Amino acid sequence: MGFLNYTFDWSVLWRHPYGNMFIKGVVTTIHLSLLAWMIAVIVGIAIGIFRVLPIRSFRFAGSFYVQIFRNTPFLVQLFFWYFAAPLLLPEPAQEWLYDNVPNYAYWAGVAALGTYTASRVAEHFRSGLLAIPHDQYRAAYSTGLTTMQTYRYVIAPYAFRIIIPPFTTEFLTCFKNSSLAMTIGVMEVTHTAYYVDSFTSHGLETTTAASLVYLCIALCVALFMSFVEKRIYIPGMIARGQ
Amino acid sequence: MDMDVIARNLHFMLGGLVLTFELAIITLAGGFLVGLILAMGRLSSRAWLYYPATCYVHFFRGLPLILVIFWLYFLSPVVTGRSLEAFYAAIIAFVVFEGAYFAEIIRAGIQSIPKGQAMAAYSTGLTPFQCTRDVILPQALRNMTPALVTQAVIIFQDTSLAYVIGLREFLRRVNLVDAREARSVELYLFAGLLYFTFCSAGSLLSQRLENRRQRNRV
Repeated sequence: MGFLNYTFDWSVLWRHPYGNMFIKGVVTTIHLSLLAWMIAVIVGIAIGIFRVLPIRSFRFAGSFYVQIFRNTPFLVQLFFWYFAAPLLLPEPAQEWLYDNVPNYAYWAGVAALGTYTASRVAEHFRSGLLAIPHDQYRAAYSTGLTTMQTYRYVIAPYAFRIIIPPFTTEFLTCFKNSSLAMTIGVMEVTHTAYYVDSFTSHGLETTTAASLVYLCIALCVALFMSFVEKRIYIPGMIARGQ
Repeated sequence: MDMDVIARNLHFMLGGLVLTFELAIITLAGGFLVGLILAMGRLSSRAWLYYPATCYVHFFRGLPLILVIFWLYFLSPVVTGRSLEAFYAAIIAFVVFEGAYFAEIIRAGIQSIPKGQAMAAYSTGLTPFQCTRDVILPQALRNMTPALVTQAVIIFQDTSLAYVIGLREFLRRVNLVDAREARSVELYLFAGLLYFTFCSAGSLLSQRLENRRQRNRV
């Protein structure tokens, strides 16, 4: 199959040793994004709650976090975690890090992606909380529910459904951003595509494969989440797509 | 902390900032244009316009920007027979990629205009083209300004990805200085601070525009 001056050789995708590299790359992309996502959800929800608390210093701290992480490029944050963060540790801790953590780049990637995504998750969580009409609280209190019960039985189920679509988008963004970890040497799928090209000069095939990985995962997650949304839909609550 | 390292290399690093701005501004203009065309396709009732535009938007929104850059990097020698200059490769990748995001912003802006506006325009005898250009777009543009400013901030941050193809924009230069001086903490804090200054100015502007829009809403 010729394309101008190019002969396609798709076997670079499964031939030994490249096939194994790709599988490893895909697996790394997936667990890197999932670990980062876990950090992002935990930190992000905490920051989101900070931002709506009636205590001024908490609100300030929350908004400070969001501003810092949203207004600097992710790549700068990634480099900071990888190059600069270890230098801020005390001397013995640095040595321990260099001796005992051979894949520091991976953990720097997880930390950077997790804390960055957290700032975006926090904003979605906050606007989800603010989107709940105040009457819901009043109605819950007037039926005699305690504050705890109000949140547990009225607000949480409500807020949970509001935040699912933006959280899905954010998860996919986190997953795509994991590709930047290649700049600090993490062997995820984008880096693998680039790396295999340096041996075989078949970059078009490898990039196509990497693109398909991202598109397939995005499609699967989107389909799964729209199925979940339909399952837990409360009639008359939110009209989606309007 | 050794702030001297920043003073020593300030000139070199700020030289990269010029390129960063150049990339951002060209991408903003080009991406908007591509986005406008795509948005028209997305809103068209003709299948041969609607489906290609929709596929384009979904395709590029599903890919990481870094992969789009690599696509261009690998594809251009095959198509043109020689490798593309890094600057043009970056510009094309950015415009193609951001166009998909602009398309969604513009589409949302156009859809925020009540149907009555178009009906009124048609009833005065305007053609569909005139209706779009003279009635719908001016109002839609006003509505989407905050979102466009936010997107500009994102583009400004995304230009740092030109790093991967070796373009010497701001972050690349900071990286080069770090390789020579080994002063990561100071240098990356400085880089972060600089980006932060420009981006938070943009974010604040977007916020104020949005507040004003909410106030003036009829």
